[in-house]
Amino acid sequence: MVRLRFFASLRETLGTGDEQVELPGDITDISALTAWLQARNDRWHAALDNTRVRIAVNQTIVKPGHPVRDGDEVAWFPPVTGG
Amino acid sequence: MIRVQEQDFDPGSELELLRDHCAGRAGAVVSFTGLVRDLNEGDDIAQLTLEHYPGMTEKALAQIEAHAIEHWNLVAAAIIHRIGPLAPNDRIVFVAAASAHRKDAFSACEYMIDSLKTEAPFWKQEVTPGGKRWVTAVDEPISS
Repeated sequence: MVRLRFFASLRETLGTGDEQVELPGDITDISALTAWLQARNDRWHAALDNTRVRIAVNQTIVKPGHPVRDGDEVAWFPPVTGG
Repeated sequence: MIRVQEQDFDPGSELELLRDHCAGRAGAVVSFTGLVRDLNEGDDIAQLTLEHYPGMTEKALAQIEAHAIEHWNLVAAAIIHRIGPLAPNDRIVFVAAASAHRKDAFSACEYMIDSLKTEAPFWKQEVTPGGKRWVTAVDEPISS
């Protein structure tokens, strides 16, 4: 299982903040995982089809193509606005 | 010292804690306190809500603090960030750096608040007369 996290405007748009999914065998990196989620429907496609969306694996920001493995926690979120 | 909390903090007490911790080794303490403004992009702000990514937030803040301590040879440092609902004039963030000499404390304090704004996973949602809206980032994107 992989834990998926979504925050802020992405969480609201997608209607979910936290879910567990079984990782399909052919998905080995976050770019493929993102594309797989985008195939859910148009809303998912549009929300994640944005170069400003950040992706973190196990709570560290990563670049496109970063590997993803069973047991990982992967998060998608907009640019941060704290401080 | 890193804290992420809903409740308010007292900058004076935090500075005293930092001073106690320094025990004579620091010659300078520089701090920054961030407040909620009542106006953003021309609209009145009635309330602000801070969302964050529990776990990653603490990790990101600890990295920022550790880098500042190492790079500017700080005696001590502190980062406090509030989450949840906030109103105009509320304190939102506190950053402090203590060092032997003032220049390092000024530089480290500026580094910590600047990095926090682009690296730490916090998101602001404002309540304006027109409804709720997420604040859009204008700073440089978060780095890898």
